Amino acid sequence: MTHSSDWAVEAHGLVKVFGDNRAVDGVDLSVRTGTVYGVLGPNGAGKTTTIRMLATLLKPDGGDATVFGHDIRREPQIVRQLIGVTGQYASVDETLSATENLMLFSRLNGLSRADARRKSTELLEEFGLSEAATRPLKKFSGGMRRRLDLAASLISQPPLIFLDEPTTGLDPRTRSQMWDTIRRLVATGSTVLLTTQYLDEADQLADRIAVIDRGIVVAEGTAGELKASVGTSSLLLRLADAGSLERARHAILDVLGVESVLTPEAGRITAPMSDPDSVTDLLIRLRADGIAIEELSVQQPTLDEVFLALTGHPADDDAAPAPGDAAAGASGAAPTPELETAR
Amino acid sequence: MTALTITPGASRTLKNHVGLAQTVRNSFSMAGRGLIKMRRTPEQLIDVTVQPIIFTLMFTYIFGGAIAGSVADYLPLLIPGILVQTVVTTSVVTGVQLREDMDKGVFDRFKSLPIARIAPLAGALLADTVRYAIATTLTFAMGFVLGYRPEGGLGAVVLAGLLVIVCSWAISWIFAFFGVIARSAASVQGISFLVLFPLTFLSNAFVPVDTLPAFLQWFVNVNPVSHLVTAVRDLANTATFGGDAWISLLGAAVIVAVFAPLTVRAYMKKA
Ligand SMILES: Nc1ncnc2c1ncn2[C@@H]1O[C@H](COP(=O)(O)OP(=O)(O)OP(=O)(O)O)[C@@H](O)[C@H]1O
Ligand SMILES: [Mg+2]
Repeated sequence: MTHSSDWAVEAHGLVKVFGDNRAVDGVDLSVRTGTVYGVLGPNGAGKTTTIRMLATLLKPDGGDATVFGHDIRREPQIVRQLIGVTGQYASVDETLSATENLMLFSRLNGLSRADARRKSTELLEEFGLSEAATRPLKKFSGGMRRRLDLAASLISQPPLIFLDEPTTGLDPRTRSQMWDTIRRLVATGSTVLLTTQYLDEADQLADRIAVIDRGIVVAEGTAGELKASVGTSSLLLRLADAGSLERARHAILDVLGVESVLTPEAGRITAPMSDPDSVTDLLIRLRADGIAIEELSVQQPTLDEVFLALTGHPADDDAAPAPGDAAAGASGAAPTPELETAR
Repeated sequence: MTALTITPGASRTLKNHVGLAQTVRNSFSMAGRGLIKMRRTPEQLIDVTVQPIIFTLMFTYIFGGAIAGSVADYLPLLIPGILVQTVVTTSVVTGVQLREDMDKGVFDRFKSLPIARIAPLAGALLADTVRYAIATTLTFAMGFVLGYRPEGGLGAVVLAGLLVIVCSWAISWIFAFFGVIARSAASVQGISFLVLFPLTFLSNAFVPVDTLPAFLQWFVNVNPVSHLVTAVRDLANTATFGGDAWISLLGAAVIVAVFAPLTVRAYMKKA
C-alpha cells in the first residue's frame, strides 16, 4: 500500500454510459505525483469524458477514483480545491475581457480584491496577454483564448492540472510555447494529466502514456515502451505493381523478421522496424526479386500505426469494420484485443 | 512561473463543505459578473425600459377608461397593479437568460471551482434585481407623468418598490428552475408564460375583485400576486405596511425555500 500523496490520480474501472453508448468502459489510471501523464486516443475515444469525471464535472456510472487520496464522489469539493481544469473548449466568459475573467475567477477562488488584481496582472503578463487585457474576448484568436483558459486554471496554483487537448488547433509556434508552459508547470511541482491525439506530443511531454480507444485503455507505459510495441520506427512501402504485394511482404518477413501490415488504402505496406539501417538490406532484396517500388519511407510511428498495432484497427475506423480491417487483423502484426464496444 | 513551488496536494488543509459566508461572497462575485454583462450588452435591457412605458400607457387607457370612465381616479389603483405585473413579467427573462448562459463553456469552469454550487444561479438572479429596479422606477415615473401622485409619500413609494423587487426576485427562482430543466431558451419562455399569465391576470391588479364570478374570486384572493398588489397600494397610497405586505414577504420566502433547492439540485444533476 503506497501513501496517498504518491498518487495524484488513482482510477479504477471508471464507466460512463450515454444512452447505449459506453463512452468510457472501465478505465484504470494511476498518475504519480509530479509527473505528466498523457492520455492518447482518437476522436470519440472517451478522453474528454474521462477527464470530466475526474474533474467532478460528470458523475461516473461505475468505478471509483481518487485525487490525492480524496474520493471524487464523496469529497468533490475537496477535489475541486486541488485541481485546475482546462477543457477542450474554452471555458472563459466571452462577454468579459481577459482581465475581468481572471478577476472573477480569482475572487471565486477566495482572493481579496487587491490580491486578485495582482494575480490577474501577473498571469496576463506571463501568458503574453497584457496588451489584449481589456479587449473583449470575442476578438481573441483561438491561441489567445487557450492561453487565457490555462491562465484561469492556474490561479489557485493547483497541484493537479487537467489539460484536455491543450494544443489542438494551435500553430506550431504556439504549440511549442504551450509545451514549454507545461514543462514549467511540472518543474514547479504540479502534476499534469493531459489528453492528446498526437503521439509526438505525448512523447515529448508525458512520463507515462495511456492509449485509450472506444472507452478502453488498450496500452499503458512509457513512451519508449509504447513505441517498442510498434517498433522504434516504421517502414512505409508503396509498390508500382499491386500484383507483387504478397511477394514484397514475404521479402519483409525474410529480411526484417517482422510481419507487415497492409493498410486499408490498398497497395501500402507498413512494417515496424527496430533498426532503420536494415532498410538497405530490404532494398537490395526487393531489387533482386524484381519488385518495383513507388514510394518508400522510414518514419517515427504515427498514432495511426500505434493503433493499428495495438488494436488491429486504424484510429479513425468507425464501428463497422472497414474492408481492410479484417486483413490487418488477420495479419497478426500485434495482439488484437477484443473490441466489441457498441457505438 | 508565478510561484516557485506548488503546495503539495497532501499537505493542504481542505474542507468538503462551503460555509454561508463563502456562499454569500461567491454569489456576489457572480452578481458582479452579471452586472458587467449587462453593461456590455445594454440591448438586453430593452424589455425593462420599453415594457413599463408601453404597459403603463396601454393598461391605463384601456382599463382606466373601461372600468371607471376616469383615468385619474383609478391611477392609484392601477399603477401598483401595473407595477407588479410588469416587474414579475420581466423576471421570466431571468430564466431564459440563465438557460442561454448555462450552455456556455464558462459554466464548466464554475462547476470545477470550489465554490458554492448555488452561487452561479444566485448571482445571476441577484444581478437581475437591477433590471427590476429599472422597471420599477420607470413605471412609477410613467405614472407620475400621467398624473399619479402617491399619497403615501416618497419613502413609502421607495419601500413599495423594494417590496416588489424582493418578491420578483423570489418569483424569478421559479423561472430559474424552468431555465435549468428546460432544453432550450424558447421552451423556458413557453412554460414560464403558462405560469405567469394566471398569476398576473387572475389577480386584483387591473380589476376590482367583486366584478368577478365567485370561483375566480376565490383564486384571486389566494393568489400571492393579489396580496403583493394590495400591499403596494397600501404603501404607496396610505403609507401603511400591513398584513398583505407580510403575506407577500412570507410567500416570497416560501417560493425561495422551495425553488432554490430544487433549482440547485437540478443544476447539479445536469452535468
Ligand atoms: N454529453 C454527451 N451525451 C451523449 N454522448 C456523449 C456526450 N459526451 C460524449 N459523448 C459520446 O461519448 C463518446 C466519447 O466522447 P469524448 O468526448 O469523451 O471523446 P474524446 O476522446 O474526447 O474525443 P475528441 O478527441 O473528439 O475530443 C463519443 O462517442 C461521444 O459521442
Ligand atoms: Mg475530447
